[in-house]
Amino acid sequence: MCIGIPGKILDATEGSLRMGRVAFGEVIKQVSLALVPEAQVGEYVLVHAGTAIQVLDEAAAQEVLDLLEELAESMEDRP
Amino acid sequence: MKYLDEFRDGEKTKPILAAIRKTVTRPWSLMEVCGGQTHSILRFGIDELLPPEVTLIHGPGCPVCVTPVALIDKALAIAATPGVIFCSFGDMLRVPGSEKDLFRVKSEGATVRIVYSPLDALEVAEGHPEREVVFFAVGFETTAPANALAVSEAKRRGLRNFSMLVSHVLVPPALEAILSSPRAKVNGILAAGHVCAIMGTAEYRQLAFHYKVPIVVTGFEPVDLLHGIQSCLVQLEEGRHEVENRYARVVKDEGNPRARALIREVFQVVPRTWRGIGPIPESGLGLRPEFSEFDAELRFGVQGVGGPESKVCQSGLVLQGLLRPQECPAFGTDCTPERPLGATMVSGEGACAAYYRYRRAGTRNA
Ligand code: SF4
Repeated sequence: MCIGIPGKILDATEGSLRMGRVAFGEVIKQVSLALVPEAQVGEYVLVHAGTAIQVLDEAAAQEVLDLLEELAESMEDRP
Repeated sequence: MKYLDEFRDGEKTKPILAAIRKTVTRPWSLMEVCGGQTHSILRFGIDELLPPEVTLIHGPGCPVCVTPVALIDKALAIAATPGVIFCSFGDMLRVPGSEKDLFRVKSEGATVRIVYSPLDALEVAEGHPEREVVFFAVGFETTAPANALAVSEAKRRGLRNFSMLVSHVLVPPALEAILSSPRAKVNGILAAGHVCAIMGTAEYRQLAFHYKVPIVVTGFEPVDLLHGIQSCLVQLEEGRHEVENRYARVVKDEGNPRARALIREVFQVVPRTWRGIGPIPESGLGLRPEFSEFDAELRFGVQGVGGPESKVCQSGLVLQGLLRPQECPAFGTDCTPERPLGATMVSGEGACAAYYRYRRAGTRNA
């Protein structure tokens, strides 16, 4: 129910209710962008119930992946 | 898909699992609050990958599961009213009321439509000015902004044939109810990532401090879940109880302030009854008086409607982590996803349904 799916903004129409097309892999949906006015075309947003609720933070995602690599290496060092 | 696949990669979970095994020296019980996480945990078998000291307790974070029978009965009464188009998320259709469910009312001639967003229900209302269109607004803080947006748009567009049956619930009061119970056996909490995407982390600090439990904001993919579990276990082993965010690609400490402002504009905090748990003060959202023209309960006069909860179903204990689904005598016999007795067997995110699907005797992980 509270599942949100990350999708890429393809376009945005400004207006009283900011809307835009968002691609989830192959699937494209019309989504409200009213709650993420700062989100730009090409960025990823988390979409829940037809509404984008947050812009994804690329750097934060990468940090976790980097941390996992370090962890993997340190585990190999001392099994 | 980007931001999903790389966090679902089995290879990446191995070092975290190794770290978890090194961390744990004693038994610990962690509660994942969100039903979406419960579903992921069982689907990917995460509970079975963890060392035996770690027990995962499945919390009350499935809005479908905690919507009380009385509200389902109200929904059924409204949906059966001539001229109504009743719009709902799909997973509400098989939730049993005291006598029927929405599917049954639909087969008896009511117009019940599954929508993906409350904004879709708004479109239905605009396309059918001669009909009354009602949206069944269930959900936690994650869903509240979308529903608030629909109501504020309906007002702006002057839609007179649109209303909402609101059954919104809030996570922190339910957590507090669980943590303050004398039967509580939860050592640490995995907080629901998408709720925090809206609300941020501030309201959890007081809970962590007061009940001395670490609270770790966690995502939904296997890597995210294990990362959250590892942080929580490290805190427990070190005797700390802090709020940590392990889902930073989605959750900012301040959440989404614009979404919160919209929620506050449309909704106010109200007491709510939770299915299986009972009334919890200040635990939900209802429409503010300024938006009462969109309140379906008032419009259809169903305030008094509502039957009692099932006597057989033990979902209240399941939702509080006091009973495992398989320990319910009805599990898999009288109660199955095809003929559910309680809401936790209906929704894919309900603990009973998740155990039925992934942990029944004879299935792969049994
Ligand atoms: S198995 Fe069915 S009856 Fe038992 S607690 Fe779960 S939903 Fe209720």
